[in-house]
Amino acid sequence: MFDTSPHRWHPIAASSDLVSRHVFHGQLLGREFAVWRADDGFVNVWENRCLHRGVRLSIGINDGRELKCQYHGWRYANRTAGCTYIPAHPADAPARTITNRTFAAVERYGMVWSAEQPEGEVPAVAGMEEGGQLVLRPIPLNASADRVVEHLKSYAFAPSAALDAQPVEMAVEGGGAFSVALLARADGAATRAAFFVQPVDSGRSVIRGMLDALPDGADRVTVLRHHNQRLTELRERIEREAARLPAPEPMQPAIVPVSAELAEMPELTPSGRKAALRVQVARKWQAAEGIAALELRTVNGVLPTFQPGAHIDLHLPNGLVRQYSITNGPGETDRYVIGVKREAASGGGSACVHDTLRVGDVLAISEPRNNFPLRRDAVRTLFIAGGIGITPLLSMALALDHSALSYRLHYFAQAESQMAFADRLAELKGNLVPHLGLSPEATQEKLRETLSGYVPGMHVYLCGPGPMLEAARAIARDCGWPESAVHFEYFKNTHEIDDSSSFEVALARSCVTLQVPAGRTILDVMREAGIDMPSSCEQGACGTCLATVIEGEPDHQDVYLNDAEKRSNTKIMTCVSRAKSARLVLDL
Amino acid sequence: MSNATHCSDRVALDLWHPVAVIEEAAPGLVHATRLLQEQLHYALFADGTAAVWRAEPALRIGDPVEPGMLPPALPVKLAYGYVWTSLGNPPAELFAIPEWEEADRRRLHAATMGVKVSAPRAIENFLDMGHFPYVHTDILGAEPHTEVKEYDVDISVERDEILATRCRFFQPMASTASSGGADVDYIYRVPHPFCSVLYKSSPVDENRLDVIAIFVQPIDEENVRAHMMLCVLDEDNEDKIIKRFQQTIFGQDKPILENQYPKRLPLDPRAETPIRADKSSIAYRRWLRDKGLTYGVIPAAA
Repeated sequence: MFDTSPHRWHPIAASSDLVSRHVFHGQLLGREFAVWRADDGFVNVWENRCLHRGVRLSIGINDGRELKCQYHGWRYANRTAGCTYIPAHPADAPARTITNRTFAAVERYGMVWSAEQPEGEVPAVAGMEEGGQLVLRPIPLNASADRVVEHLKSYAFAPSAALDAQPVEMAVEGGGAFSVALLARADGAATRAAFFVQPVDSGRSVIRGMLDALPDGADRVTVLRHHNQRLTELRERIEREAARLPAPEPMQPAIVPVSAELAEMPELTPSGRKAALRVQVARKWQAAEGIAALELRTVNGVLPTFQPGAHIDLHLPNGLVRQYSITNGPGETDRYVIGVKREAASGGGSACVHDTLRVGDVLAISEPRNNFPLRRDAVRTLFIAGGIGITPLLSMALALDHSALSYRLHYFAQAESQMAFADRLAELKGNLVPHLGLSPEATQEKLRETLSGYVPGMHVYLCGPGPMLEAARAIARDCGWPESAVHFEYFKNTHEIDDSSSFEVALARSCVTLQVPAGRTILDVMREAGIDMPSSCEQGACGTCLATVIEGEPDHQDVYLNDAEKRSNTKIMTCVSRAKSARLVLDL
Repeated sequence: MSNATHCSDRVALDLWHPVAVIEEAAPGLVHATRLLQEQLHYALFADGTAAVWRAEPALRIGDPVEPGMLPPALPVKLAYGYVWTSLGNPPAELFAIPEWEEADRRRLHAATMGVKVSAPRAIENFLDMGHFPYVHTDILGAEPHTEVKEYDVDISVERDEILATRCRFFQPMASTASSGGADVDYIYRVPHPFCSVLYKSSPVDENRLDVIAIFVQPIDEENVRAHMMLCVLDEDNEDKIIKRFQQTIFGQDKPILENQYPKRLPLDPRAETPIRADKSSIAYRRWLRDKGLTYGVIPAAA
């Protein structure tokens, strides 16, 4: 048996196997991989099974940015392998932690290399220039890798420039447990060949070979044919020998279990307002008049998977924490791009972004949270953006556009110069409808026109200034839109918070009863009692600190819940809302 | 993978298993099939009876036989168009499908398909609605109508079966008798570890339900023959049209099932990631675990 170390790099595919929008089925030491190249060039090497029901992802669909499972349409993002959409539950944002197992990928010598736990560098071959070599057709064989390596040492071929020369002088120049380097000399010509043997399984291998130089035109085909013929003969010889011996047991690579959290129905994960990630400002530019764009890249590792509609908390150098939506399109997982409008009445957040932040600055951000999830089962989707409210809707529109789903993006702005991310908007072509310089009355009229013609199965997503959202929601109601089809996100909660009440909160699952005095929030009091709860904006706009109400009547002061949700008295935003009854029982 | 040459799982041995389609076996001749890694022979007779026995060299496939000249026979039941047998001590009765007796229904054997998958994976797929828009595109489902709405699942203790009710799914063409898209109601029963019965809205009578059943014959732990039975209200379509519809559906499932890995159904809750739409499969896996079934599954770690 050969060395089955998980630390050793092996080739698992030829770079040319990863053609556009294809998923290649690779295998190493018994473990299957789904190998695919995204449109941005990134090579993904993933465990070849969907985490949901074990279907091979190599039969899935590479849409250039995401890989879609054939069985239930689950989408996994380029690079992070995080699940971004579960069609069976279109209204829910999938847990970010549903992430497929990924493996290292390095391209070298026209091959894709991987390992389960790689150590060191991909092997370098003396005399082989990166990019200048001729990659031979891979030869799969039913024989173990060690047997193949032994036979390869006696592989004989002619130099590329003297294919008919006799005799040829062969020399073994080097090699290791899975490789052989050979030199052929004849008539003053010489060709170096390097062969790597990929251990597919205990009794199966692939010979991946290359020559040191790239012959021209017609010669190339002749050289390839020369090696194809000789390697095929070698394969037949090796397989005849291997067939005389008992077949080794196939390898049984362990499938890593999913996390305990994912094995159960998803619950709220306990976490406070945390800034787990460090990013660097890689680019800062003016996305429009008065709007700064920041491209944030990870300082180390990979950024977590985001979904359209998600936001991050940005911890600014002046100590303030602000929420910004991710504007990225699907599969753009190597960066987060946000847009920040300079607010005249800035509390110091937007001014700090505009005036202080510079390229190269390192910032703390939270993981992306999605409290504004995008359904993709609408017969038609409307997006209505006001000003900087374009940011989450841009990400959503790019996602639907890439999947060729029916949508329109209505963008209300003062002037064309104030429309942010013009380059991204241009990708939406005719589905972008700008409405420029309208008065409040004209805006209302345009909203009425836009929202007329509701048919069941349509959904609308609103993001913009408070008064515009209030108007749009009222008009949607008039036009017959059910509340469940109207989704909105406010920038901030402009309502004056009345925190004069005092009441009791019982946490059913924690078996704790707490007193909330006037002037303090439920969230504060819970945190003080050691009960952790995720939060983000802490002003009733983002939806992160949502809790389920089992008993009692909430005093809603947020702008996240819609009216039906508020009336139902089953949900509460713990950062601003309080109780009308003397006691609230929460499912926490 | 199990290398055992025989099944040693008491639960699987004691079940009734479908092994042959009554209408397809010429009477009076020896036929062969496999069940739980054993080679079986069987014969049907002109008097409507049948016999199943472990294959013996004295009788070969195609030999004429009569009831009196057979080796020691295995238990036999004829039900729902199939010959059922058992390699252990089966219960007195097979599960009931009362609709089978209703005189105005079409009773059809739609197809038998060989599939390289374990029997429990095949059953779980039969219970699953979420794949309709992706695997049965434009027939049982179509994007963007992908939502699996909330439904109820119960494990009935006294009947020892799983019941999923209030299931609804948008279908562009639910059967041969339907003409357009509609939300279709479903009820699923799992009365046997390797059999499931589906009731769906009849396109011709809103008060009654069509019955479609899958009876899975485990050849070994990772190979099955799936028998599809129909008991439907449809007076217009020819048999072959109704059968072809089911064959198309199952033909779409087969390549998905054959690309599931591992092929045996993992019962460990941490092997795969369930969502709310998978309530029935979660109940099914728990039910198999509680029965102590080991054949065709990867038992949960102790």
